[in-house]
Amino acid sequence: MSSLLEVEHLTMHFPVRGGTVIDRQVAKVHAVDDVTFSMVEGETVGLVGESGCGKTTLSRTLLRLLEPTGGTIRFRGTDVTHAKGRALAPMRRQMQMVFQDPYASLNPRKRVGQIIGMPLALHGTKRDAREERVAELLERVGLSPEHINRFPHEFSGGQRQRIGVARALALEPRLIILDEPVSALDVSIQAQIVNLLEDLQEALGLTYLFVAHDLSVVRHVSDRIAVMYLGKIMELSPAEELYLKPIHPYAEALLGAIPIPDPKENRERERVVLPGEPPNPMNPPSGCVFHPRCEYATDVCRSVAPPLMEYAGGHLAACHHPLNVTPREVAMAKRSPASPLSAGDETPSLAAPVADAGS
Amino acid sequence: MSSAEPILRVSDLEVSFATDEGLVRAVDGVTFELAAGEVLAVVGESGCGKSVTAMTLLGLTRSANARFAGAAYYGDTELLGASDAELQQIRGAEIAMVFQDSASSLNPVQRVGRQIAEQIQAHEKVTDAQARERAIELLERVGIPNARKRVDAYPFEMSGGMRQRVMIALALSCDPSVLIADEPTTALDVTIQAQILERFRELVAQMGASVILVTHDLGVVTDIADRIAVMYAGRIVEQGALDEIFYDPQHPYTWGLLGSIPRLDRPRPKRLPTIPGLPPSLADRPQGCHLRPRCPHEFDQCAKTPPLVARVPGATAHLDRCWLSCDRKRELREIEPGVIGLRGKHEVELTKGGAGS
Repeated sequence: MSSLLEVEHLTMHFPVRGGTVIDRQVAKVHAVDDVTFSMVEGETVGLVGESGCGKTTLSRTLLRLLEPTGGTIRFRGTDVTHAKGRALAPMRRQMQMVFQDPYASLNPRKRVGQIIGMPLALHGTKRDAREERVAELLERVGLSPEHINRFPHEFSGGQRQRIGVARALALEPRLIILDEPVSALDVSIQAQIVNLLEDLQEALGLTYLFVAHDLSVVRHVSDRIAVMYLGKIMELSPAEELYLKPIHPYAEALLGAIPIPDPKENRERERVVLPGEPPNPMNPPSGCVFHPRCEYATDVCRSVAPPLMEYAGGHLAACHHPLNVTPREVAMAKRSPASPLSAGDETPSLAAPVADAGS
Repeated sequence: MSSAEPILRVSDLEVSFATDEGLVRAVDGVTFELAAGEVLAVVGESGCGKSVTAMTLLGLTRSANARFAGAAYYGDTELLGASDAELQQIRGAEIAMVFQDSASSLNPVQRVGRQIAEQIQAHEKVTDAQARERAIELLERVGIPNARKRVDAYPFEMSGGMRQRVMIALALSCDPSVLIADEPTTALDVTIQAQILERFRELVAQMGASVILVTHDLGVVTDIADRIAVMYAGRIVEQGALDEIFYDPQHPYTWGLLGSIPRLDRPRPKRLPTIPGLPPSLADRPQGCHLRPRCPHEFDQCAKTPPLVARVPGATAHLDRCWLSCDRKRELREIEPGVIGLRGKHEVELTKGGAGS
């Protein structure tokens, strides 16, 4: 299994301009702040977090729709962090995106055939070959080739999302970034699209980065899941592990916030409601960015940014007071090279009395 | 919890709109009652008529191309035929609404406190200063920190969660007896959703108000509802107590709906069960049972419209619209355990203890 995509210490800061008379940079938004991870061929990585945590910015930066302010992106071993124009074209073919809103992401004045054929045309496929390929793609995503001359408004939300998927598949990409691909759809249709995406992955050996805020859908599709908060990765773990034993208090809070669609289990469950709202990314808190909302926070959390520690089973978490781990597991944990550069050397401890109560 | 006399009675409500594509029947014979202090969740997919039903109760769907039939009684007042002046008295004061999208439902150029005060003054004779004090108090009750200062904020200065709290404060401002909440937390993040639902539940219980909660999220429903009405293509296909719907669902559409939610607390299935096909167009709906083209269990009888009746002996509040006999449904659910409805440790318990909780 080779790495398809390697991301190291990726940062994307947006300048905020202002000031009287003279225009100058007054602040910056830390949208993506020192993120390191990699993806192997054929896997699905789920990326979850609340609005404004940087998950969409991260996916756009990976596609090089944005120029990163720091770090490196390697796609199949080639450094594409600052690639431009022609150098970027072959990589663009292999990385595609499916957007959240199937109403806004399809041009209402173009026919389905033109929409799906556009990436082919841009990459120099001849007209005849194009039509054949579009018909094939339509069938692949569960639509009829007869739909080729229709307009997007003639389709329902679920069917439009299928068109979006067909367009992403046109150039036979290796990696597809799915940005909230089902959150605009009804539950019964969501399930249809999720199943379609899984079938396609199996048939074509695709790699998915599945960006979403719905943890139950993410769990269903993902092999590994990354939890982001305020531009940083808080936890990165095999999918089932995250649900069985979340290590980071934020991951635990996210899971706890989801109501279980089963009345009795929902009543029996003890729920901790996470107080407050995510802080302003222009001025992130010192130390661990989650500390103002964390019930386990101590002095060290306020001053030192926690490194990402690697626990058994490749489970990474950046927390000074990890949950759901034994003292032995904590002692065995190693500092992961994926840790942010600004992180301190402090090793996590269960010693604090509050942390004991939670583990 | 619920008294004998329902606070709201809707019978055979029909709402249709004349459009270029023909007559769109958005609501097609909806009947339900809302007891005092009860939370009724109306669930269904986009276009099933749940929002139109809710908005019609407040006369918000009145327009030149709209046609209404049936009746909706709030106490002794018939809402469909009420004059605009009568409705004006009821809206906000007796029946209030929480809208989904706080960004577009609040006035962007007016301070939030002023918007709340305006509603209070529309229904009660109070001075500006008194109304403002009431607004501050309401903002505190819905959990807005530093309410005395935030009362002068504009909506754009607040986060989505805070704005939704303002919407709730606005709805509660005149102490209504019925609250209609149309997807009140759909646009919010899960952690904020949990905060707001908790606060909403507390406030409603304190006030003793009845709630109609319109939503597509079955998770939210389990958190807050006493009773559920499941809508499909303009009709209520099943209604009953929360536990009845979840542990003893009778209608194949409810089976599909419950089955297609990915569950956090269950082993993950290889594939998600789906309801095949698409909901029908409202302008051109199938004859008889609306689910027929998508239903794997349809038979000859389904060409006729099934009545809404209690099919489970002893459970009079649990009604559904399906021609299948109770025994046949039980059989079908045996064939695909785990897929249809929620089965497992709680079901046996419910059957033993009789229906309802």
